Amino acid sequence: MAERDALSLIEAERRRDIRSRWLLSTPALLIILFAALGPLFIVLVYSFLTPGDYGDVKWTFSTEGWVSVFLQRDIFDDTLTIADAHLTIFWRSIKLSLMTTVVTLIVGFPTAYFIATRSERTRELWLFLITIPFWTNLLIRTLAMLVVIRNEGLINTMLIRFGLIDQPLQMLFTDGAILAGMVYVYLPLMVLPLYASMEKLDFRLIEAGYDLYATPFRVLTRIIIPLVKPGMIAGSILVFIPSLGAYVTPSILGGGKNLMIGNLIELQFGAGRNWPLGSALSIALMLIVMVALLAYVRNAGSSGVKHG
Amino acid sequence: MTAKTGGLKAGLMALTFALMASTGIAHAEGELNIYNWGNYTSPEMIKKFEDKYNVKVTITDYDSNDTALAKVRQGGSGFDMVVPSQNYMPIWISEGLLLETDPGKMENAKNIAPEWANPDFDPGRKYSVPWAMGIVGVVVNTAAYDGDINTWGIIFDTPDALKGKVNVVPEMTDVIDAAVLYNGGTKCTGDLEILKKVRDTLLKAKPNWVAMEYGTIEKMGSGDIMASSDWNGSAFRQRLANPKVKFGYPKEGYVNWSDNLVVLKDAKNVENAKLFQNFMMDPENAGMNSAFHRYANGIAGSDAFMPADMKDAPEIKIPDEFKSVGVPSQTCPPDVQALYTKIWTELQK
Repeated sequence: MAERDALSLIEAERRRDIRSRWLLSTPALLIILFAALGPLFIVLVYSFLTPGDYGDVKWTFSTEGWVSVFLQRDIFDDTLTIADAHLTIFWRSIKLSLMTTVVTLIVGFPTAYFIATRSERTRELWLFLITIPFWTNLLIRTLAMLVVIRNEGLINTMLIRFGLIDQPLQMLFTDGAILAGMVYVYLPLMVLPLYASMEKLDFRLIEAGYDLYATPFRVLTRIIIPLVKPGMIAGSILVFIPSLGAYVTPSILGGGKNLMIGNLIELQFGAGRNWPLGSALSIALMLIVMVALLAYVRNAGSSGVKHG
Repeated sequence: MTAKTGGLKAGLMALTFALMASTGIAHAEGELNIYNWGNYTSPEMIKKFEDKYNVKVTITDYDSNDTALAKVRQGGSGFDMVVPSQNYMPIWISEGLLLETDPGKMENAKNIAPEWANPDFDPGRKYSVPWAMGIVGVVVNTAAYDGDINTWGIIFDTPDALKGKVNVVPEMTDVIDAAVLYNGGTKCTGDLEILKKVRDTLLKAKPNWVAMEYGTIEKMGSGDIMASSDWNGSAFRQRLANPKVKFGYPKEGYVNWSDNLVVLKDAKNVENAKLFQNFMMDPENAGMNSAFHRYANGIAGSDAFMPADMKDAPEIKIPDEFKSVGVPSQTCPPDVQALYTKIWTELQK
């Protein structure tokens, strides 16, 4: 009897606990509901409406927005074909994001390793230096890049002055310029999570590897990479997702000749006056992000090494 | 239709206005929030208005008609005045976004030049006051190319000397209209034969372009581009910085546009906005503004208050031989706009 009383008491306690936890999280849940899911729902609804004549939407149900994400009616011979303009643009954004992720990983990995192997005092200084770019607005950092690479910019002026070239190199308005700008902007987002994993790395394991005659390459691939994999994945997600929607950097450094997903969506809400298509494209972009995230998470789950 | 380029400079300028406004007029009686194209408002002229009426003016920039329209339509923008292009005016009016302030009956309305007093886009000037007007043509740095520049061929059939050095200002309607005129069509055409040629012209031309962006004043100055589609006032400012830059009037036809100052229906400072509309029709003030943005302004007698170099500037004074090929800017019907968007997407894919 007494035992059961005690049990129900514990049970009541537990319930009260859950209830107060829910109460405490209500504000956060409400914010998510109204500020994130609400607008998203509106976007979803808009994607199934008819475009208004001068922007906005008419409240008539239509799947035309979604259909035209994937299919296009040729304006000249009226045939329905795959919307290769949209696919090309989506692929361009995805490719750029993948390349940005890979390059930031290649550059960020040694950087993070370097910082993690410094003494505790200097580590703080290095981390502080990494965060400096965050003090400045993204737009200004991108414009600074422009000043460096333009035809009469820092690099070309120096090269010409040293007599290495006599015509300025065309660096601005190229794909390379976009990639360099993206890497510059997103590098800190890769270094910080990588550092967080590497800081926890037990360096005795590396010594043990060397003691057992492992080559540096084997130590890297068999010990370090498996152990810092969570950091690599976190960094890659942090870089890949914002890159996918990147908009400012490609248009300033790339010259805006080729659309990114972000520009394509903006076009529909602006001069294109096709809000349903813009909404459908936005949701399609979100779906890509979700698929990418799921792939990453599953990949992370299958990591074979135990941490400790 | 008429972004005035130079986003960075424009931003700095907005900041300057904000600083000026906050320090200069500590006891402002009222406020006025103007939403205008970037790099398009004379700071001296604003200062004069602020001092005269003791009003604190805040200027916010936009870079396209569509941006302005989308933002204001959502409501609660907090702006009192906007400066839409004439081809957008019917949309602003029919969507019920504007307040009928009847500037055509204001004290200074007598100064509006006769040809601008009763325009098709706002008969009787019920809503709007002229701000600036100009044309869409081409600019070329003649150090790089000294052939004929009075043609859209600079953009669509780029001479070898300019290949890979041409910019196109990415105003969808302007670019497609230019290609339509180049192919002998009429503005806002729905003729598929013409539009097919337009698409082919654009797709063939694009590999010769280096960029599609707005910042022409700065990019022509810095030598990043050697030619561009552009507005004449912008070309004027480029020539002042570099005498080699010349403006071309495309002989195949070009679009005449105007931007006009209106008051929003949900404006909070209606009285100040009306004061400003009247203020802008004073020749001295309109002249001050032109001295800054370098476009004509549609106010008679304002020439007297413009710098001497504006009077016979080749960018402002249209040569007689090209006068007849100008066509007025107007709103394209929604179905034509949809065709334009499809061509545009294909061009930029």
